[in-house]
Amino acid sequence: MSLLIKNASIVNADKHEKNTQDILCEKGVIVKIAPSIKADNAKTVDAKDMLVMPGLIDMHIHMREPGQEHKETVETGSMSAAKGGFTTVMCMPNTSPVIDNAMIVEGIIKEAKRVGLTNVIPIGAITKGQKDQELVDMMELKEAGCLALSDDGKSVVNSQLMRMALEYAKMADLLLIEHCEDPLLSGDGIMNEGKTSTLLGLKAQPSLSESVIIARDIELIHYLNTKVHIAHVTIKRAVDIIRFAKSQGIQITAEACPHHFTLTDEALNEFDTNAKVNPPLRTPEDVEAIKEGLKDGTLDCIVTDHAPHTREDKELDLDHAAYGMIGLETSVGLTITELVDKKVLTWTQMAERMSHAPARIIGLSQKGSIKEGMDADITIIDPKKEWTITKEDIVSKSKNTPFYGRKLKGRVATTILTGKVVYKET
Amino acid sequence: MADKNKKVIQWDRRNILDLKDLSKEEIDLVLETAKSFKEVSKRDVKKVPTLRGKSVVTLFFEPSTRTRASFELAAKRLSADTINIAASQSSISKGETILDTARNLEAMNVDLIIVRHGCAGVPDELAKHLKGSVVNAGDGCRAHPTQALLDMFTIQERFGKIEGLHVGIVGDILHSRVARSNIWGLKKLGAKVTLCGPPTLMPIGIEQMGVDVSYDLNEVIEKVDVLMLLRLQRERQKDNFLPSLREYAKYFGVNKKKLSKAKKDLVIMHPGPTNRGLELSSEIADGDNSLILDQVTNGVAVRMAILYLLLGTKT
Repeated sequence: MSLLIKNASIVNADKHEKNTQDILCEKGVIVKIAPSIKADNAKTVDAKDMLVMPGLIDMHIHMREPGQEHKETVETGSMSAAKGGFTTVMCMPNTSPVIDNAMIVEGIIKEAKRVGLTNVIPIGAITKGQKDQELVDMMELKEAGCLALSDDGKSVVNSQLMRMALEYAKMADLLLIEHCEDPLLSGDGIMNEGKTSTLLGLKAQPSLSESVIIARDIELIHYLNTKVHIAHVTIKRAVDIIRFAKSQGIQITAEACPHHFTLTDEALNEFDTNAKVNPPLRTPEDVEAIKEGLKDGTLDCIVTDHAPHTREDKELDLDHAAYGMIGLETSVGLTITELVDKKVLTWTQMAERMSHAPARIIGLSQKGSIKEGMDADITIIDPKKEWTITKEDIVSKSKNTPFYGRKLKGRVATTILTGKVVYKET
Repeated sequence: MADKNKKVIQWDRRNILDLKDLSKEEIDLVLETAKSFKEVSKRDVKKVPTLRGKSVVTLFFEPSTRTRASFELAAKRLSADTINIAASQSSISKGETILDTARNLEAMNVDLIIVRHGCAGVPDELAKHLKGSVVNAGDGCRAHPTQALLDMFTIQERFGKIEGLHVGIVGDILHSRVARSNIWGLKKLGAKVTLCGPPTLMPIGIEQMGVDVSYDLNEVIEKVDVLMLLRLQRERQKDNFLPSLREYAKYFGVNKKKLSKAKKDLVIMHPGPTNRGLELSSEIADGDNSLILDQVTNGVAVRMAILYLLLGTKT
């Protein structure tokens, strides 16, 4: 079955096509791009007045399966991803049990294929059980389908172990993704330490906790001549350090989340547990620095850190409530509203940060741009659509987000995975 | 013609959560109301029928002796029915959510809940979901409004005013809800506030509240009219906020010698329970300048005033 996208205004990371094109997809691949294509037996999608981007890639989500299926499953997470425009997602290994062996990796991939709504690439743990003690069997995880490893939720604190992990991962051709947080500096802090936490009397963690681990990792990869990817950067100091490292030719890449370029720690003024997230929401100065980092490319990509939790996990006091918020279905709207509409990013930069850059970082050579011969993963965006985030609209199994009631501009109209429509706005 | 300086205040507040929210006039009204209730506690029969038929619950997730006793006495002297629930925070985290707790109390038609919790914001969360009133008896490091009100009542009783006084607050400001609530209240009433303690126990950006910070107690003692000492939790030393309790007592503890350069009418206050020999010496705690027991006495009157304003004025 072939698929024909008509009147496509194609936005690639390197170019926003002036004239609309037709895109013909066959057998999961983009076979032809031309001003006008005729294909009699093809299913047709009209993209008039829309923007057509390479399928979005989110290299940092939590699928919760196995073990926490009451929060999210591969099936519900895939539905959420498809609705959010993501044709590839990478799920973090802090499941129960932890994704630290080939069998779990294969199980997730198999289930994701059965569901067939998005391409799911599991991220394996760096250390067994994410216990910061022993390395996982990296070569075997690679063979099972992992492209990256992370102990997300925490850092590999043991510097010697991180050194070994980086060296070994080089051979296995795996990217290491570091959640940067010094647990001793963070202590039991649940929000950013600063003026707001002082007034609210909540336990706080210093931003220093993030930057010291980033600085350490930069020294490690500089010494070992290897690479690392920094998860969810949230502070100005981190952006500055990463910019400096890049200027020295150090192979560091980094990501940021919509909530960290949209909200500040003052979102906790009303004690909303949905605004409790790790790393925490920071100061207005940090928010500006994240935007600046995304603009100049210091921060390579946008990820959601989609972290589903049940009502019961969140209806607790702030000390006990779970960390995290869902994000797959609001990422495009927040990125357009907060970054594109406010002239922080151009449309091509959005395609870069949300598709091309993650494909490049992970090494997905067949994804990240709309060109003949590439995978037919395509996200069609209605750039002018205005909408309000409501609980009823969310298809993720969990509903934890502080963004209800927020008005956004720009929404996913159609998501196409390997030449098949997997989501269409109704 | 009405006196321009005496505004008539309509009390329409349902909850007392944080002194940050209260206006100067509202604080004045609480303090004024407390004066008449202090008289009740001096009678042979210490009871008025004001809150007969009302139910008041103390819901304490943290251990407390005096605050809870003070609230309970206040409620009983107003003829309210009281029950005490001592809940542990761990049992909450094992299943029942804060909202469950709120709904259960709501189902029992409780008129007012006095809550203490180790995490900031819990009283606000309860208030959001309850029809009855909520009084914050201490949440996390954020607020302890009734303590600050009784402190201000005690200062006003001694000096006849608060405006223009200089109050020093000494000790673990970082973890102190008493300090934060007193800063809000004292600043609204026109006092000058200087905080004193080691930098490890001074929260970042506290100057935004309009206070001065000093690390030299001797320098502070010379300037202030009121010296408010905070309880130092002994665990802070284990967590390395302090090199030793001995050193803390030497540089931040108050004794007779240190007070030699103080103003003659300086008063010493402490929210209790005191660590004698640590924050202050016994001779100071029991000395003429100490208002520590007055604070306890006034606590009942101020809490009666608060319960009355929240419950008694409604028809």
